[in-house]
Amino acid sequence: MAATARPPRTHGETVAAPLSTAPAVIEFREVTKRYESGDFGLLDASFAVHPGEFAFVVGASGSGKSTIMRLLIKEIDPTSGAIRVAGRDLGAITRKKVPYYRRNVGVVFQDFKLLPNRTVYDNVAYALQVTGGTRREIRQKVPDILRLTGLATKLHNYPDQLSGGEQQRVSVARAFVNHPPLLLADEPTGNLDPETSIGIMQLLYRINRTGTTVVVATHDAHMVDRMRRRVIEVRKGRIVRDERVGRYE
Amino acid sequence: MRLGFFVREAVRALRRNAVPSFAAVATVLVTVLVLGVFIPVVQATTGAANEIRAKVVVDVYLEPDATVADRERITQIIETEAPAAGRVQFISKEQAYREERARNPEAYDLLGANPLPDTLRVIPEDPADVDELRTFLAPESPSGGRTVIDPAIDEVRNREEDTNKILSATHVVKLTMGLLAVLLVLASVLLIANTIRLSLYARRREVEVMKLVGATDWFIRWPFVIEGVLVGALGGTLAVLSLAVVKVALVDPLAADFALIAAPETMHFGVLVAVLLGASIGVSALGSGLSLRRFLRV
Repeated sequence: MAATARPPRTHGETVAAPLSTAPAVIEFREVTKRYESGDFGLLDASFAVHPGEFAFVVGASGSGKSTIMRLLIKEIDPTSGAIRVAGRDLGAITRKKVPYYRRNVGVVFQDFKLLPNRTVYDNVAYALQVTGGTRREIRQKVPDILRLTGLATKLHNYPDQLSGGEQQRVSVARAFVNHPPLLLADEPTGNLDPETSIGIMQLLYRINRTGTTVVVATHDAHMVDRMRRRVIEVRKGRIVRDERVGRYE
Repeated sequence: MRLGFFVREAVRALRRNAVPSFAAVATVLVTVLVLGVFIPVVQATTGAANEIRAKVVVDVYLEPDATVADRERITQIIETEAPAAGRVQFISKEQAYREERARNPEAYDLLGANPLPDTLRVIPEDPADVDELRTFLAPESPSGGRTVIDPAIDEVRNREEDTNKILSATHVVKLTMGLLAVLLVLASVLLIANTIRLSLYARRREVEVMKLVGATDWFIRWPFVIEGVLVGALGGTLAVLSLAVVKVALVDPLAADFALIAAPETMHFGVLVAVLLGASIGVSALGSGLSLRRFLRV
């Protein structure tokens, strides 16, 4: 079966191989998303991300990066095409099952999306409480992950008492506390200064080193060039470039 | 552990959102207070109206020479065949004379003899059926007058003027009160629902975040429902306490003097309290749970 009618420019190992033996963590097959306004968020996009990869999705604002992310957490459904995450067809997940699916995907947002009236500790603990985690489990895991993200001294602060970088660290900690196989970050450094951004990227990189697949949507050219990882470029809803080790442009 | 968690979440939300929570409690308090005053008033009024309606009767005057057998036969007919007949009460001419004389001694003193006939007083089951009952006892003849169904009956009367007045007046009173009650309950529910929606709207971002980290709808909803229960219980209890104070301090002493307040149809205070508390808790909990729906679509 041909991968796509319009194969993206790729390098050897990342050629989309839908029938390969090692299942992809993420697989987009000719996915199109057309919004109710008539605009195309994504047009006939096909790509695959394999376990342990660290991939950037780059492109200007409105190019379709966020559409990919929103499709991946099933906040929206594609107009046509199929998306598989860890072998599961997202189209087959009913609305009722979406929360259970999301627990296997850690998500970091540009605007952090922390719960404003909970402390750092409680924000991270909430992700475990949602899954029915026991109190013992929470007491054990939350301090661990907060130490990993460098927030050990901020446990009892509220989000509005933290800097942007610290808030994003909380967000990363919350996304990773369940140790999901896939971590998505939508413009994680979009609201941060370059220095702080590096810290967040390093954190994501460390998480990737534990074997977690990480996908970062960004338009931070500097960061992408620095990291020298896989780059998938979208422009006007189409995937125009997919490089194993790429630069922003 | 689960229930404990949900309750803790609800209490946390109440404390962290003190102002909207206070507004919700105050709304419940005021509406329950108004309802608590209004419900007994409606009941007392309709009770009084019913009492007046019970005075609607049809009098069957017997012929002066009617025998006891005649009377019993007519009673039998009324009780078994007449539509809507409730009770039949026999008033002998002596009894009628005593009653009327007590009402108007001078006139009856002048009369000397007793001009009143023996009477069978028929009290219809439902006052609204009084005309039907009368038509049965005295069908209209083709010539326009009325005949009677038994030769021993002299005349059938229902004090038409009074009856119609009583019926229409009590009808209007009952209708008005019922309409007011419905409007008030509707306003209360809308007011509480709106207050809840406002406080939820302020927290819609929070709900969105919860959904994005994989919380199920009910995991998010339970704390809100419990919060509604707490708000309803708090507001309802405060309202009931103030009602109790007013009842003991004001209404009970007055009830001795005013029949309307002591009307026997008024709901028992304990039942009223239970209904008000149940309604305030139910409306708040349901309101929170349902208003959340639209914010859960993430």
